[in-house]
Amino acid sequence: MAQVYEHPIFPFTAPPELLEGRVGAAPVCVVGAGPVGLAIAIDLAARGVQVVLVDDDETVSHGSRLICISKRTLEIFDRLGAGAGFAEKGVVWNKGRLFFGEDEVYSFDLLKEDGHQWPAFVNIQQYYAEDFLVRAAERLPNLNIRWKSAVVGVEPSSDHVRLTVETPEGRYDLDADYVVACDGASSFVRRTLGLEFEGRAFQDRFLITDVTMQAEFPSERWFWFEPPFHEGQSALLHKQPDSVWRIDLQLDQSADPEVEGREENVRPRIERMLGADAAFEIDWISLYTFRCRRLQRFTEGRIFFAGDSAHQVSPFGARGGNGGVQDADNLAWKLAAVLNGDAPDALLASYDAERIPASDENILNSSRSTDFMTPKSQAVRDIRDAVLALARDHGFARRMVNSGRLSVPAVLDGSPLNTPDVGAFNGPMRPGAAALDAPVVTADGTGWLLHQFSGDFTVLIYLGEANDGPPDGWLSTLPAMVNTLVIAPISGAGALGDAEGQLRERYDLKPGTVYLIRPDQHVAARTRVFSNVWLEGALARALGNGGETA
Amino acid sequence: MSALVTDDQIAAPDDLYQALVDAHEGLADAESRQMNARLILLLANHVGDLAVLQEAAAMVRASVLRDRPDA
Ligand SMILES: Cc1cc2nc3c(=O)[nH]c(=O)nc-3n(C[C@H](O)[C@H](O)[C@H](O)COP(=O)(O)OP(=O)(O)OC[C@H]3O[C@@H](n4cnc5c(N)ncnc54)[C@H](O)[C@@H]3O)c2cc1C
Repeated sequence: MAQVYEHPIFPFTAPPELLEGRVGAAPVCVVGAGPVGLAIAIDLAARGVQVVLVDDDETVSHGSRLICISKRTLEIFDRLGAGAGFAEKGVVWNKGRLFFGEDEVYSFDLLKEDGHQWPAFVNIQQYYAEDFLVRAAERLPNLNIRWKSAVVGVEPSSDHVRLTVETPEGRYDLDADYVVACDGASSFVRRTLGLEFEGRAFQDRFLITDVTMQAEFPSERWFWFEPPFHEGQSALLHKQPDSVWRIDLQLDQSADPEVEGREENVRPRIERMLGADAAFEIDWISLYTFRCRRLQRFTEGRIFFAGDSAHQVSPFGARGGNGGVQDADNLAWKLAAVLNGDAPDALLASYDAERIPASDENILNSSRSTDFMTPKSQAVRDIRDAVLALARDHGFARRMVNSGRLSVPAVLDGSPLNTPDVGAFNGPMRPGAAALDAPVVTADGTGWLLHQFSGDFTVLIYLGEANDGPPDGWLSTLPAMVNTLVIAPISGAGALGDAEGQLRERYDLKPGTVYLIRPDQHVAARTRVFSNVWLEGALARALGNGGETA
Repeated sequence: MSALVTDDQIAAPDDLYQALVDAHEGLADAESRQMNARLILLLANHVGDLAVLQEAAAMVRASVLRDRPDA
């Protein structure tokens, strides 16, 4: 059966550099139109930056590596104008089940509460994800996508980076003020600069396949340790759109990838899993060994690395693409603020300060999951199996079972952009956290909090029951880059309503509480007592002005 | 500061030793290995303190390494 998805062909058109035989110039060149490069190019362009995005191919991803798109990534894609496709086409899931041998030992729910626009995860093939992003990118006149354009030369200098681009009609040079290298795990930009990854390589092989079949499994993540159909190893099953299912099967270290990758050898493995009479077509077979590693720095002069070019993880936990999209989310507003003259160059240093710890968190979690699946000695296997066996009866052991700690947005604790709390707060919305969504009542009905944030900074103020307006004079003195969002239990008089109290609870709001939210929707600061001095200080700090000024 | 108690706390050492031996009574090797591993986990949860477990593991590891023939 043929795949339902038809790969679009994005035509090459000769750029002015080739037609006019000159060196081009751009404030930003993004290299690579994978999910990360597309996200950052759209975000920059939406913020008014002139962007050139080059990709060596002429279509979206061929196979599908990435399938699990996290809630945070969905919120970011939604902000970028690409959310609708994921909502319509994606397979929603929040629950996971874990089996040991024949028995189910554990199930978990990644989103236990309602009042969120997006679920914990949506599964969708990487080509759809890229397709939706390309459509959103094509709507931006200041985003120039150049297909069949491979970067084959990188020459950094003090005030720009010269890229050499190879196309079907010849080569040209492009001088970019900044380059964002999103050219994937084997990044040409990285290799050209001679930068090495630091981290671990895992020896165990995994067979990853996508099959098309009509099946009754629910849309949940099912993971088996030592299932009867695949002895001594692990297996993972995920549902995708178009009746496509992702099956991951762990193999021995000694497995020969060439032999194991042949359809005639894959088919019996899947038949053992699904039953001999199961009708399925194999769409995609791939064999992987995994690495968990990163660059020492993600910034080299005027070149930023984002996504797989900067770091890689094993897929258990879906932290690769989702982590990379958070890189894009983090870098875009900063680069735009610097290029638009709203922030000093110093703001750019916070990209490494924030995203390297986030990457380390992803590497740590993914490494531990992979280690749990692939015990390195008999003694370690004994402990692992003991955890699985005890998990049937004991909660403490269930919490140790690790088939992947699924991607959640990094809390940017310790960021130089954060301002310490003024007053006592409870709950998860500490400085550095990605703002949680909640339903709000607007003038024309109901909506979601995250949709109310503009692309700039947002000051969120909570009024009490009386809804008697913010403190005198405070609205007139807000700095230019800041938008205001007034929240009250009941909507009206310019205030959004928090009808169900979920916003108050998630943000620990009390009358007079104020949050400063960054353009990437992370919390910069919060206070129980608003003052202009507080706001100016927190804003200066969040823009990389050192923050000691306030 | 040391959190791990290594002072003698056992009232009836022979009984305790016997309890460990009895736990393995009639078990095949693989079962015995699971017996040990599950026992460690259950007791680790009872202790409930990562620092204590880490200290104990480091102490035992040092003693194991000391017994290496070439140490
Ligand atoms: C089996 C598997 C399953 C996975 N599952 C998930 C998952 O469920 N969820 C998740 O979040 N992540 C998952 N990942 C990880 C995810 O696939 C990657 O993290 C993600 O694709 C990285 O995106 P990227 O844009 O950084 O790089 P890529 O997707 O690799 O894109 C790089 C782009 O750069 C282009 N390019 C390369 N070189 C050049 C050049 N010289 N000039 C111009 N263009 C160039 C390429 O054509 C490509 O379009 C999985 C990975 C694997 C292997």
